[in-house]
Amino acid sequence: MKKRFSQRIGFGILWLCMAATLFFLGSIIYFIVVRGAGVFSWQFLTDVPRKSMTAGGVAPAIAGTVYLTMGAMVFALPLGIACAIYLNEYSPRGFIVNIIRMSINNLAGVPSVVFGLFGLALFVKSFKFGVSILSGSLTLGILVLPLIISAAQEALMAVPQSLREASLALGATHWQTIKRIVLPNALSGILTGAILSIGRIAGETAPILFTAATFYNRGFPKSIFDEAMALPYHIYALMTEGTHPDQQTAIAYGCALILLLLVLAISASAIIIRQRQRRFHA
Amino acid sequence: MHEKMNAKMEAREINFYYGAVRALKNINMSITGNTVTAIIGPSGCGKSTFIRLLNRMHELVAGSRVEGHVYLDGKDILDPTIDAVDVRRSVGMVFQKPNPFPKTIFENISYGLTVNNVRDKDYIEAKVVESLKKAALWDEVKDRLKDNALRLSGGQQQRLCIARCLAVGPEVLLFDEPCASLDPISTGKIEELMLELKKNYTIVIVTHNMQQAARVSDTTGFFLMGELIEFGKTQDIFTAPKNKQTEAYITGRFG
Repeated sequence: MKKRFSQRIGFGILWLCMAATLFFLGSIIYFIVVRGAGVFSWQFLTDVPRKSMTAGGVAPAIAGTVYLTMGAMVFALPLGIACAIYLNEYSPRGFIVNIIRMSINNLAGVPSVVFGLFGLALFVKSFKFGVSILSGSLTLGILVLPLIISAAQEALMAVPQSLREASLALGATHWQTIKRIVLPNALSGILTGAILSIGRIAGETAPILFTAATFYNRGFPKSIFDEAMALPYHIYALMTEGTHPDQQTAIAYGCALILLLLVLAISASAIIIRQRQRRFHA
Repeated sequence: MHEKMNAKMEAREINFYYGAVRALKNINMSITGNTVTAIIGPSGCGKSTFIRLLNRMHELVAGSRVEGHVYLDGKDILDPTIDAVDVRRSVGMVFQKPNPFPKTIFENISYGLTVNNVRDKDYIEAKVVESLKKAALWDEVKDRLKDNALRLSGGQQQRLCIARCLAVGPEVLLFDEPCASLDPISTGKIEELMLELKKNYTIVIVTHNMQQAARVSDTTGFFLMGELIEFGKTQDIFTAPKNKQTEAYITGRFG
C-alpha cells in the first residue's frame, strides 16, 4: 500500500508540473490572441502605418522581418553547413576540434544584445553598411550560426558510419561520399534545424536594435542598404514610444500575434519535412 | 620478394597500432588467387583489423598506424604514394551488417560505377544486370530495380552489397563476417555464392562460425591476440592442427 501511495504522489507531482507548463503556454497564446485579434484585418496585414501609428497596418514590419530573416539565412546557412561538414567529416578528431566545438557552443550562449553591439561596431561602422537590412541580416546570421552548425552536425552524425564505409570501399573519394551519401541523408535533419532557427531569429529584437531597425517607415525598404521596420522591434517601439498608448498597445498585440503565427507556421513546416523524410526511410 | 609465385595478395611483417596498443604483431600471410581464405579467432584477436588493412579501410580510424607491406600482384598497396581509392576499386569489401544506401536497387549497384566516372548509360545498365546475376539476386529483383533497397530482406540486402562490390570490377573480395546478422537460409545462399565467385575472384572472409570456415575456405588462418598462430590448408587446420591453441579454439574449448 505504501509503495502504491508514493507512486501516486510521484505521478501527481509530475502531472502538476506538466499542467503548469501547459497553463503558461496556453495563457500566453490566449492572451495574445484575445488582445491581438481585435486589430486583425486584411488592411492590418497589407497597409502601411497611418495616423502616427494608431491606424493602418504593419505590412512594412512584416516585410522587414521576412527580409531580415531571409538575409540572415542566405548568409548563415551555407556557412554553417560548410562548417559542420568540416568539423564532422574532415577535421581530425582531437584537442583543437574539441576547443572549436566548445567555442561554438559558447557562442550560442552569448546574449543577443552583445551580438547587436558587435554588429553595430563591425557592419554598421567598420564596413560602413550603415543601419540597414544588410547589417541586420549579417548580425542575425552570426547569432544563428552556432544553432545551424550544431543542428547540421547532429544531422551529419546521425548518418550511419556504415554508409560512409560502404561508399569509400567502392572506390569513392571522401568528397564524393560526402556529396552523394552523407549530405542527402542528412539533408532533412539540416533543413529542420535551419527552419527552427528561422523561427528563433524572426523574433530577435536586440541584434537588430542598432543595426537595422527603425520605428517608422513610410513604405517598404527599397534596397538592402535601407533601414527596415521589423515586427519584434515594432512591438517594443509601440509599447515604449508614441503618444497614443491605448491604440498602440492593441496594435502591438496584433504584431505579437502575427509573429506567433509566423513562428508556428515555420515550426509546423519543419515537422512536416521531418515526417516526410521518415516515411521515405522506413 | 615473393616465395609463392601465385600469391594474389601478400602481407609482410605487418604491425598495427591503435594509439599505443599493438593490435597486430608481425603478420605474414600469402593469399593464393582464386581461393577462399578464412580468418578465424576470438573477438578482439585482430582479424577484422587485418582484413580492413587489405583495402586500406584502416585509414578511417584516427590514431592508427601500420608498419609492413601488403602486396597486391606484387605492388605494395600500403605505399603512401598509392591512392587508397584505387586500391579499394581492386579490393572490394562486404561488411558485417548489410549496408545498402537508402537509394533504389539500381542506384546502389550503379553508384560504384558513377563515382569512378563511368558515364555510359548502356554500359552501366549492362553492368547492373551482370552484377546482380553474379550475386544470385537478379531473379528476385529484376522487376523492382526502382524499389528502395532498404525494402529487401536482410539476406537480399547482403547479396545486393556483394553485387554492388562486383560492379566496380574488383579482383579481391573481402568479407567481414558477412553472415553475422543473417538467418541460416540466407547464410547458405551467401556461402554458395562465395564458392561460385572464387572461380573469378580471390576471397578473404572473416568469420566466427567454424563450420562456415570449414565449408567455404581452402586456406584458414587462426588469429589470437594479434598474432597469426597457424596458417595452412583448411583441411589440415580442422583435422590436424599443429598448434595447441588452434586445436583448443576450433574444438570450442575457448573463444
